[in-house]
Amino acid sequence: MGSVAAGLLGALTGLGGGVVIVPLLALAFHVNIHYAIGASLISVIATSSGAAAAYVREGFSNIRIAMFLEMSTTLGALFGAFLAARLASGIIAVVFGSVLIISAALSTRKLVEPLVAGPPDRWASRLRLSSSYPTARGPESYEVRHVPAGFGLMFGAGTLSGLLGIGSGAFKVLAMDQVMRIPFKVSTTTSNFMIGVTAAASAGIYLRRGFVTPGLVMPVVLGALAGSAIGTRVLVRAKTKWLRLLFALVIVVLGAEMIYGGVTGRF
Amino acid sequence: MAQPGSKWPGSKWNDQRVEGMLGTLLQTGVVISGIVVLAGGVLYLLRYGRVPAHYETFDARRGSLRDVLGVMRNAWHGDGRAIIQCGLLLLIATPVARVLFSMIGFALEKDRLYVLLTLIVLVILLYSLLGGAA
Repeated sequence: MGSVAAGLLGALTGLGGGVVIVPLLALAFHVNIHYAIGASLISVIATSSGAAAAYVREGFSNIRIAMFLEMSTTLGALFGAFLAARLASGIIAVVFGSVLIISAALSTRKLVEPLVAGPPDRWASRLRLSSSYPTARGPESYEVRHVPAGFGLMFGAGTLSGLLGIGSGAFKVLAMDQVMRIPFKVSTTTSNFMIGVTAAASAGIYLRRGFVTPGLVMPVVLGALAGSAIGTRVLVRAKTKWLRLLFALVIVVLGAEMIYGGVTGRF
Repeated sequence: MAQPGSKWPGSKWNDQRVEGMLGTLLQTGVVISGIVVLAGGVLYLLRYGRVPAHYETFDARRGSLRDVLGVMRNAWHGDGRAIIQCGLLLLIATPVARVLFSMIGFALEKDRLYVLLTLIVLVILLYSLLGGAA
């Protein structure tokens, strides 16, 4: 029942539930890491689909970019789920811990709107990825760059998602705004769409392997749903800067614990 | 009448409109699956609430709820665990539905390239859920 808290915390802080749920289940509740990942994947879908309606209304997300990149993330997710069955739990824990620490570093990074210069990507125009998004000054158009590099990075993000049961939203956003030069608001909302689809691609495999177990997933999912409902309302008023910093700290500690546990064979 | 974002001014379908409908669809799906999971959870806890669960190791006997048909059959008999699993399947289906409806949206916009791209994503998702070696 304590896993309700994980769902809440994950949604409150915005980095996604998976990042908290897996370490909490594995470290505090001694749940087998594969079960923890299965539960986490489902809660990632819950948060993504639950938040989608709100994001869609704002009109920032770009379904063309999402759909194109999902070819890459879903294949990556299948590959990640394939790897998960073949790697020892300890190795998965070490990878998980490292990814946690990296995402903590990413989450504290200053959000700078990418500079746009030079001609648009040949692929971007062929795939009609460029679009516009609403701003206070009316619709603003944007171009998409470095499409092949972004596509490749998304495979990596998908693999991490399938291997570790996280949404890997931080990596998706990084690839979209830093590499493909997509405006931050567009990349975060588009990434929310992609997270759900990517998680579904590996959740199916975890389910058929028997790693999605009702008794364990039930409280986690309900917690994530409640958390995302409350979280989106609280987050508007809370001091996000301090919250983010605090959360980043928690994540680093969890990451170190996971690595330590993985190396000493606790999993 | 041309709508903002529409590449084909003659069509009343555009990305925004499709997205708006999808948002509502997803929210409905999430709420329904949440209710199903909660209902199954209450049934499950009434029956097994006092038995401590062990998830330290993988137990193949828990694997009876691995395929769609098996889950539905057990849920029909009022098995709480199967009802939870039904709700979880519904939840997994929401992003799949999102992809499917995006494809229909692209078809209505007569955007063949994106119908094809979306179809590829859909096939990957269905492969994960239904087919192939796990």
